[in-house]
Amino acid sequence: MKSPMQRILLTGFTVILAVFFVTPLLWFVFAPFNPQASLSVTIPQSPSLANFEEVLSNEMAMRGLLQNSVIIGIGTMVGTSLIAALAAYGISRGTLPGRKILTYVLILFSSVVSGTASMVPIFKLIYDLGLIDTHIGVILVMIGGSIPSAIFIMQDFVESVPRSYEEAAMVAGASPLQIFRDVTFPVMRPGVLVVGIWVLVGAWGSFLTPFILLRNIKLMPASVTFFLFYDLESGMPQIRLISAYAVLYTIPVLLLYLLINWRYGFRFFGGIKQ
Amino acid sequence: MASIEIRNLRKTFGKVVAVNEVSLSMTDGEFVALLGPSGCGKTTTLRMISGLEMPDSGSIHINGKDVTSLPPRSRDVAMVFQDYALYPHMTILDNIGYPLKVRGAPHNELKEQVTSVANNLQIGGLLARRPGQLSGGQQQRVAVARAVVHHAQVFLFDEPLSNLDAKLRLEARAFLKHLQREVGITAVYVTHDQAEAMALADKIVVMKDGSIMQAGTPLEIYRHPVNTFVASFIGNPPMNLLPCEINGGSIYVQTGDSPQAMSAAGLRLPAALAKGSQFTLGVRPEHIRVLTEPAADSIKGTLYVTQTLGGEALVIVRVGEQLITIRLFEDEAPPLPNEVYLSFDADHLFFFGPDGQVLR
Amino acid sequence: MQKAILSRELSLLFLAPALVFIALFLLYPFFSIIQMSFTNQTLVGANAINPQNVGFQNYVELFNTKDWMRQGEMGHSLWLTVQFVIGSALIGQAMLGLGIATAFNNRKGLLREIVFTLAIAAWIIPDVVVAFAWFAYLDPEGTLNMMLQAIGIQPLDWLFDYPMFSIILFNTWRGTAFSMLLFSSALASIPPSYMETADVIGASPWQKFRDILLPLLRRYIATDLILITLWTFNTFTPFLLTGGGPINRTNVISIYTYSVGLRFFEFGKASAIAVVVMLINLVLASIYLFVSRNQQGKTA
Repeated sequence: MKSPMQRILLTGFTVILAVFFVTPLLWFVFAPFNPQASLSVTIPQSPSLANFEEVLSNEMAMRGLLQNSVIIGIGTMVGTSLIAALAAYGISRGTLPGRKILTYVLILFSSVVSGTASMVPIFKLIYDLGLIDTHIGVILVMIGGSIPSAIFIMQDFVESVPRSYEEAAMVAGASPLQIFRDVTFPVMRPGVLVVGIWVLVGAWGSFLTPFILLRNIKLMPASVTFFLFYDLESGMPQIRLISAYAVLYTIPVLLLYLLINWRYGFRFFGGIKQ
Repeated sequence: MASIEIRNLRKTFGKVVAVNEVSLSMTDGEFVALLGPSGCGKTTTLRMISGLEMPDSGSIHINGKDVTSLPPRSRDVAMVFQDYALYPHMTILDNIGYPLKVRGAPHNELKEQVTSVANNLQIGGLLARRPGQLSGGQQQRVAVARAVVHHAQVFLFDEPLSNLDAKLRLEARAFLKHLQREVGITAVYVTHDQAEAMALADKIVVMKDGSIMQAGTPLEIYRHPVNTFVASFIGNPPMNLLPCEINGGSIYVQTGDSPQAMSAAGLRLPAALAKGSQFTLGVRPEHIRVLTEPAADSIKGTLYVTQTLGGEALVIVRVGEQLITIRLFEDEAPPLPNEVYLSFDADHLFFFGPDGQVLR
Repeated sequence: MQKAILSRELSLLFLAPALVFIALFLLYPFFSIIQMSFTNQTLVGANAINPQNVGFQNYVELFNTKDWMRQGEMGHSLWLTVQFVIGSALIGQAMLGLGIATAFNNRKGLLREIVFTLAIAAWIIPDVVVAFAWFAYLDPEGTLNMMLQAIGIQPLDWLFDYPMFSIILFNTWRGTAFSMLLFSSALASIPPSYMETADVIGASPWQKFRDILLPLLRRYIATDLILITLWTFNTFTPFLLTGGGPINRTNVISIYTYSVGLRFFEFGKASAIAVVVMLINLVLASIYLFVSRNQQGKTA
């Protein structure tokens, strides 16, 4: 803070930014507690937890949130982090030709193939594997989609582990797998965690993949079970219930991400930091 | 403990020849320092002994066994890295014990051995801590302890003291020397610090551009450097090297536009010198006297600067285009006039040919 | 010169699980999209079971010059996508992200925490929820109109009257956090002494930004621009707000692909669109690789 003028400018800038970022979310502060909520922001006449009670008593919706979303999210997170950590290590510490270009190509692929067009072949593939209407099918597709970016980010973390750590372990007599397990992986654990939470948040919010691959309502994650709060006859969303469900659905991952971000910071350099 | 025999070792990185036909033998219990400027191939040589690099050609034998193509873990060597490579996620106990752990030692035996080594190195009280909580000197000892703990045949040190400040470095140097005498280890020690090499090693191997310039005991290398590179690399401040020409009974020092004559009478000139008239004269800073009046065997210079170091003083004199350093063993540099005369100690002169090799 | 720690076989072993996933979920869809783009496959009817090879017919239809720029056709959709990418990614996300990162560079405290937390929240909250939030925000009786009324501006039906502006505003809000975080971690890696030297010399804030920060950030800006361009190009989230409407006015390429493929179930044609999109993305990514490699060469 160099001068009062700069201080005022910065505060003004902050206020504008805060308004820009927070106002679209204001609705969620009031609507869930308003039994007569509409799309406009109104301070509830008689705030109550009635909306939450109704949502909590919807067995399928809660199953989607507490069971299916958790299974799919954690499964995708664990799978992706582990596979991406191994792959990033293999790329970074190996001698494969074209290893520098490999991840760029993968990123390009994934940003294209993850589009809606690929849902047709992916549906066919999961169908042929007999995994339609299973959590494992959804998890596998999500791992496949998130692996390239995960490797991309993870490589920075592998590169940040000093090679002398691994060389010291080699001289001490450790095998390559021991070195990865005892030295590299523990040292890069913050990176694995950062990538893992990032993947979890992505899987948690993903709608299209479970929507297309799951038939049984008992297996659907919360991102899909929102439709339970649509009025059956009119097809219109029941705003007050959806707002309450959205809050329950969002808060856990939001807090988790903010915690990780606060603890470890944002560590994406896209392979450009040498 | 072991002997090491290195024959015709060669290693290239792309087009760069890092190590060129290096041969070297070390006897059991010997402490050898590989000394040279950065990029001279000393670290690459060390890494080839450890197995972290594979040579392009040549062979390495430890205790008579060919280990050239073996991975590090099959060579029974221990290594201390420049950055210590202590694992931040492990306690000091686990760090020191890691070589035992990967060899499958039971936990209580591991703990016992680590404790005994740590006590020996006076870091017994730190075992529960993590590397981040230790000072540089303590980290250095932990790194040494991890090397000592599994009784390897050969110890390899890659500039282990370069991350310490000057005072700690002297302490650690004494500590390593003591340890080596006590344990009697065979060690290869890479450094660019000639004082460190002189202080620690039984044998110094001076390297430059991937080749060995000279190998010998510290005193041999100090007293009989084979070329100007070794001569200027060993000793602090470094040896003064002056381009000269010999003609009749005089030596002409050619440091400027006009050569200065200096009587060659009383000098023991090497036999080879008579043939060629150009040579380089080497004289260490402690073997020069500063006079205020000219003498037959003196050359004239102008005072550049004096430095009082306490216990010794340096006088730097400009002769032609060259600065000559003189070391005086006095507490304070004496007051000197602007114009001074330098006289060299006839018993301690070195003569190098135009190719930089010593003349005998 | 870095020494490889793993042999070629071992590094392949570490890579193997990832390669399996990549083959199944990236390469297979990739090639099957290409193959399908030369057929007339549909979901129902005779072409569903026995799709015919139609050669380049799908592509010819896409680039049919007569209808090319008509609403709801390929050319129009690409034009909308260009507007969307330039407005929301390049101008919105990148500029705002760089602005925030620069303003809060080397500062700690409550203001920074508030802005960063809110921006990250906008980035992290799941699509479905964000869609509802913005639906409510842009509603004729929503928060935005309430605020505008408070300063004397008549309420507007944003999603109906200004659909493209709405999704640009939305996507800027949604994605700024990435650029902000990328730039702020890049700025944090610049030694403070660089800026302090400039302070001592007496450079103005703008001079410091232009002469020191901007040149040092060039590689990061290249990375950021291409990544957010690719992502914005392919994002499907605007669909949740406008469904591509009204009357195709926000029919960006991802929504166009979706409506051809999963609404009208013309898989062959949808695949052809996807292939065209891939080629466009390939060009964009090549520019990225070219620029970032060139920059590396300069700074190495």
